[in-house]
Amino acid sequence: MGMSGVLRPGHAAIKVLDLDEAVHFYTNVLGMLETGRDSFGRVYFKAWDERDHNSLVLRQSDRAGLDFFGFKVRDEASLDKLESNLRAWGISTERVAAGEMLATGERVRFESPSGHLLELYAEKKHVGTPMGNRNPDPWPQGLKGIAPIRMDHSFLAGGDVAKTEKLFTEVLDFYVTERILLDDGVTSAAVFLSCSTKSHDIAFGLHPEPGRLHHVSYRLESWEQVLRAADIMSMNKVSIDIAPTRHGVTRGATVYAFDPSGNRFETFSGGYETYPDAEPIEWTFEEMGSAVFFHERNVDPLFFETTT
Amino acid sequence: MGEMYVSGSAKHDVRIVDFDLQFACPANQSLLRGMERVAARAIPVGCRNGGCGVCKIEVLSGSYEKGRMSRACVSAEEEENGVALACKVFPQGDLTVRVLGKMGRKLAPAHTPAAR
Ligand code: FES
Ligand SMILES: [Fe+2]
Repeated sequence: MGMSGVLRPGHAAIKVLDLDEAVHFYTNVLGMLETGRDSFGRVYFKAWDERDHNSLVLRQSDRAGLDFFGFKVRDEASLDKLESNLRAWGISTERVAAGEMLATGERVRFESPSGHLLELYAEKKHVGTPMGNRNPDPWPQGLKGIAPIRMDHSFLAGGDVAKTEKLFTEVLDFYVTERILLDDGVTSAAVFLSCSTKSHDIAFGLHPEPGRLHHVSYRLESWEQVLRAADIMSMNKVSIDIAPTRHGVTRGATVYAFDPSGNRFETFSGGYETYPDAEPIEWTFEEMGSAVFFHERNVDPLFFETTT
Repeated sequence: MGEMYVSGSAKHDVRIVDFDLQFACPANQSLLRGMERVAARAIPVGCRNGGCGVCKIEVLSGSYEKGRMSRACVSAEEEENGVALACKVFPQGDLTVRVLGKMGRKLAPAHTPAAR
C-alpha cells in the first residue's frame, strides 16, 4: 500500500456562537451523526461513512471561526517522524495529551505560516459505520438532512501561502494539484494540496488576516446530491453563499452556505482522481473567475473576504 | 414563514449615508436582509449570521434590537457606541447608518479580475 505519513483530513474543530443551535443545524440540516460530548462542553460528530469517532468538533465561544484542523497519520512511528521533521524545518510543536479530545490519541500541534493551528494524530477510536463491516448495506436508512459521506477538505485563508505550501510539500509530503496565480504571474493567490488521490485534501488562500476559516467541505456522492443539498438548505432557510455550480479547480460540483454562526461550509461532489507525479494545473489571474466558478466565470471579491 | 410580512410587523425607514440609499425594513427582518430585498448593494453581504463581520455598520441614529454577533467582529466597546453587524440589527424605529465594512475590501479589486 502506497499511502504513508499523512492519510487524510481528520477533524475540523469549529467555534460557534450558540451551541444548541449549532448542534441542531449540524444534526438535522447537514445530517452529521453526534458521537459524544466532553467535559469542556464540546460536541463531536462524524459523517455516516466515516469509521473514526469524529471529524467535526463544535465549541461554544463568543466568536466564530476555526479552533484547529487535524490530519490523521498512518501510525505512531509516522507521527514521531513528522514531528521531528517539522522541528528540523523550524516549526515548533507541542503534544496534546491523548484523551484531551474524546476517543483521540496524542496530537502533535503546530502553527502553520498561514496562522492556523494544525494537528497530526495517529489514533482515533474506530466506531465504524451504521452499516457495519460484515455484509453491509450500501448506505444507512433514516439519515437526516443533507447527510454527507465524509468531511472532505478545508480551505484556510491567511498570510504566507508560499511558505505554507513549502511546509506541506517538503515536510508533510503533500503535492500541489492546482494553483491560482496573482497578476504577477508567479505568486499563488490559492494553492490546492493533496496527500492522497483526491483532487485536494487542503487548500490555502491569501487573506489580509492570518488564521481565517474560508470553509470546511463535506463530500456527497453526486451532482444530484449537490442539488438536493441546496434544496434542503432553502427548505431550512440556510444562508446560501453560492448556489449549485461547478468549480474549474478540481472540476467538483459545489454549494456554499453558512452555518448559524457564519462559518462557511461546502457540500461538494466529484473532483478528479490524481497521483503525486501529476504536474500541477495552473490558473492565470485573468481566468480566476473560471477557476473558482466555471459557469459564472467571475468571482466576487467578497467570496474571499468573507471568512470567520 | 419567518420572512413573510406578518401583519403587525411595523416597517421602518433605513437610510445609509454615503450611498444615497433609503429603504423600508420590517422590524422582524435584519437590516441586511431588508437591503437585499430591494436588491441594493451598499452594505457588503457575507454570512448573514453574525460571524464574518463584512456587514459592519455604525448606527448614527435610531433604535434597534441586536442579535448575537461574533466578538471577533465587534468589540464590547464598539457595540456600546452603536457599531453592529447589519445582519443582526433589527430596526425598532427609523435608522440612519454608515457602512464600516470589515477591512475596506483590501483584496478587491487587485486580487480578482473584473466581470467579463
Ligand atoms: S454578513 Fe457576516 S456578520 Fe453580517
Ligand atoms: Fe472546497
